[in-house]
Amino acid sequence: MKIYNSSEEALDCVHTGQTIMVGGFGLVGGPLTLIDTLVELDVKDLTIISNNLGEQGKGLGKLLEQNKVKKAIGSYFTGNRDVGDAFQRGEIEIELLPQGTLSESIRAGGAGIAGYYTKTSFGTDLSKGKETKVFNGEEYVLEEALKADIAIIRAYKADTLGNLIYYKTARNFNPLMATAAKTVIVEVDEIVEAGELKSDEIATPHLFVDRIILAKKILTKEGVIEHG
Amino acid sequence: MANPIQEAIAKRAAQELEQGQIVNLGIGIPTLVANYVEHNHVYLHTENGMLGVEDVTEEEIDPNIVNAGKFTVGEAIGASYFDSAASFAMIRGGHIDVAILGVLQVDEQARIANWAVPGKNIIGVGGAMDLLVGARKVIVTTTHTSKDGKSKILKECNYPITSTRNVDTVITDLAVFKYIDGQLHLVELMPGADLETVEANTEATFVNSLK
Repeated sequence: MKIYNSSEEALDCVHTGQTIMVGGFGLVGGPLTLIDTLVELDVKDLTIISNNLGEQGKGLGKLLEQNKVKKAIGSYFTGNRDVGDAFQRGEIEIELLPQGTLSESIRAGGAGIAGYYTKTSFGTDLSKGKETKVFNGEEYVLEEALKADIAIIRAYKADTLGNLIYYKTARNFNPLMATAAKTVIVEVDEIVEAGELKSDEIATPHLFVDRIILAKKILTKEGVIEHG
Repeated sequence: MANPIQEAIAKRAAQELEQGQIVNLGIGIPTLVANYVEHNHVYLHTENGMLGVEDVTEEEIDPNIVNAGKFTVGEAIGASYFDSAASFAMIRGGHIDVAILGVLQVDEQARIANWAVPGKNIIGVGGAMDLLVGARKVIVTTTHTSKDGKSKILKECNYPITSTRNVDTVITDLAVFKYIDGQLHLVELMPGADLETVEANTEATFVNSLK
């Protein structure tokens, strides 16, 4: 694990064609500093795994605007009309997953599980073409794990070893994505000395974490502001 | 903001809840149900990762405490936070007593459609499919007809269904239906509604079980 001074340096491992997981539920728990840098990078053909794809022209929405997204995997693109429009024009591929399937597939990806069966989406358009199986008289759908080259996530505090804790509902997909990518890049509100976080409150142990930066953008009551 | 029709539906839905239940509220009319639940009566779960949702005052707003509709909410005593996989383990695993969901259509098998509209550029499903397979009881709330006056209680949904599961209770601005033994039963008229209006605005076949 290494602490980086800038998001540009921390993201120097991002390349064209990679699969990138992005944490957050809308703005809450989103790695806002890293996203802003990611959209400026000269890379394309990205596969983005994230619950949403930002809003029109905002956050991850900027990546789409610049035609850098090849495929989006998520559960709720409703907040960004550009996603539907780009899909209709055939510019991007979309894999829409129920939110619980999205999170469980990421969990599985990080846990060495290749796939699993869930009842969710059985008999609906979202399970078309997927294998099904009956267990104890009930129908289940086979879902495959999700993994990525890079995960960019947000945590509340890190210590100098890379242990992470999260804050309230800003937790969401972040601890899951921390387990499921080859390189995990985290932005945090605060970095403290090892030993300062209570060991039994650490949610993501440091072995999952590769790179850390201090957040320059934080979400406040008044919206997203520059910080520090 | 909410209109009196939505408020009446939400108020009626709140009466279905029992002391101590774990309840998940969907976006739209279901969110309003929280306004009619007595303090400490039920525990509200939100699928983005929180159990113990309550109202928040303007001064106490924390931008990092939100519900599934991305609205800021408050933290009840004994509240807890968890990641998305744990949250959906609660849902799929059968640990949520009641889910109250909004719908676009309901059919006479009490199957619902609430995630996609053919021909419209809206791509999203969220937690709806998980809640339908996992919640022990599902109550749906909706206006009885669409803005152009068409019945939302149909013989068969013509929008893509959200699950093959039959919901338990349907609450509209005109009536309350329960799904019992494979049939929709009209069990109650909402204040001000009469049977003729319900019949005229309901495409689905239903059993009149008014007492």
